[in-house]
Amino acid sequence: MTPGYLARRLAAVLLVLLVVSFAVFAITMILPGNAAVMILGEYATPDQLAAVSERLGLNRPWSVQYLDWLGGMLQGDWGMSLRLSLPVAGLIASAFANSAMLAATALVTVTVIAIPLGIAAAVKRGTRADLAIGLLAYIGTSMPEFVTATLLIVFLAGPESGLFPAGGFVSPLEDFWGFVAHVMLPAGTLSLVLTAHIARQTRSEMADVLASDYVRAARLKGLAERAVLRRHALPNALAPTIAVISLDIGYLLGGIIVVEEIFAWPGLGRLLIYALENRDLPVIMGVTLVLAMVYATSNLISDLVIAMIDPRVRYA
Amino acid sequence: MRDLLRSPAGLVGTCLLLLVGAMMVLGPLLAPYDPQSFHPRARLQGPSLAHLLGTDQFGRDLLSRLLHGARNTVAFGLGATALGVIIGSIIGVTAGVIGGWIDSAIMRVLDGLLAVPDLLFTLLIVTMLGAGMGYAMLAVSVAFTPGMARIARSAVLSIRTREYVLAAIARGESWGWIIGREVLPNAIGPIVVEATIRVSFAMMIGATLGFLGLGAQPPSTEWGLMVAEARQFMFRSPWCVAVPGVAIALAALGFNLFGDALRDSFDPRRRLR
Repeated sequence: MTPGYLARRLAAVLLVLLVVSFAVFAITMILPGNAAVMILGEYATPDQLAAVSERLGLNRPWSVQYLDWLGGMLQGDWGMSLRLSLPVAGLIASAFANSAMLAATALVTVTVIAIPLGIAAAVKRGTRADLAIGLLAYIGTSMPEFVTATLLIVFLAGPESGLFPAGGFVSPLEDFWGFVAHVMLPAGTLSLVLTAHIARQTRSEMADVLASDYVRAARLKGLAERAVLRRHALPNALAPTIAVISLDIGYLLGGIIVVEEIFAWPGLGRLLIYALENRDLPVIMGVTLVLAMVYATSNLISDLVIAMIDPRVRYA
Repeated sequence: MRDLLRSPAGLVGTCLLLLVGAMMVLGPLLAPYDPQSFHPRARLQGPSLAHLLGTDQFGRDLLSRLLHGARNTVAFGLGATALGVIIGSIIGVTAGVIGGWIDSAIMRVLDGLLAVPDLLFTLLIVTMLGAGMGYAMLAVSVAFTPGMARIARSAVLSIRTREYVLAAIARGESWGWIIGREVLPNAIGPIVVEATIRVSFAMMIGATLGFLGLGAQPPSTEWGLMVAEARQFMFRSPWCVAVPGVAIALAALGFNLFGDALRDSFDPRRRLR
């Protein structure tokens, strides 16, 4: 990997984050009623509003406010939550850890299930197994997370079956099996959608590769089918699949908002919904930036991994 | 069109879309009951001859609510996508045709906006504008704009250097004429395919917003809101959440299958496989 490639990609990520930070800031500026109204409530007198606006620096031009806010973010000063009276950075840090556990569980499950399913579907193209996997994938992509989650709760966490808790969170450090029981349904909900999508993409990449000339050449020279798959087909289908997974992190981050809300999982999604309901601006801005940062970083990592396994990308 | 119906996916997708379309057009006429009238003696019932899909916690007929709600849920998806596609295509096509630093600047901004997940983007905008169907629809279409703009731009870039476009530039035609008469008709295929699949996403996001209480408001018959309202009673009567939930999934499935079949019929290379 050339240093130039790395530098270009890093610069692109920084630019993305700058755009997002500006967009988030712009949204808060357009919001009807500024932070002063939100702190004091709608019955505040004009004098009170003026005093709080002065203290928060809301009377300065927007460009000064933006640079001030951005500078604070860069130095780790993320402001105070308007409702909870706690530092935003601390709130986000603990929520982030919980969300990361949920997302990682879902992502590992998906990778382990979806890629073999997709490969199997491509290799056995046109058979009943392929059709079944395809159908499953379509159903998965057509179910919104809140429907999957609600149905899972009804059938697996109801008072009659009671196999899993219907919501809540247990730290894996305190009670590992309790954590496993609680993470099962939310991670399952997230996995269903992602498995469907990634299995479909893997199948289509693999089908392209299997129809290529070099796979035909490998077969014609008499290689065993297993060797054709392992040596020629798989490495070439891997890079696009990694790209798809990294794009799906975007879906995962969106899905996590709904899933955490439904299963009462104390992560970033739940924090965001709480902040949105209470118009807690500093928390909204912080969570949005963190989610965008995670997405941009995961795209960067996947680009670097792809460049590592595929020399064509590096020199392009 | 015949190609579309030949593949099983296209056939099922088309049938589902016809069903959804019929519900949208005829739904309120076919509904056996008033969707808002309470039947206190028949609360939380399973399917029966009187109520084919059962009743909710107020004894409202679920089939009637479902038939009335089709307009809300599906029209939401269609409207939000159409708006997003139009705005996105205008931006993308303009960027692709003009090129140069304007193109790069627009694309960098779009890259930034694409780093915000669709649902998060929509939630932010809805918070800014306020809850309600109209605002939610606007929010989804704004969230769709960057993605559509990218697709429109890449479709345009592959056409931009063709001889007929170069000829139009050499003739000294105006940009508006080149975009409208030369580029757009040839770039429309990928845009339509992407739009069809996005309708299912828009519907799902709309239902999710209804579910979270940020989209349609009670007593609307929007399907996501129906799931949210019935959640309290879901253990006593799974029907209340299952009926609207499955309806959303089937409608989304229809658009997904139809969109994929449409893509295959536009792309002869895929059709052969």
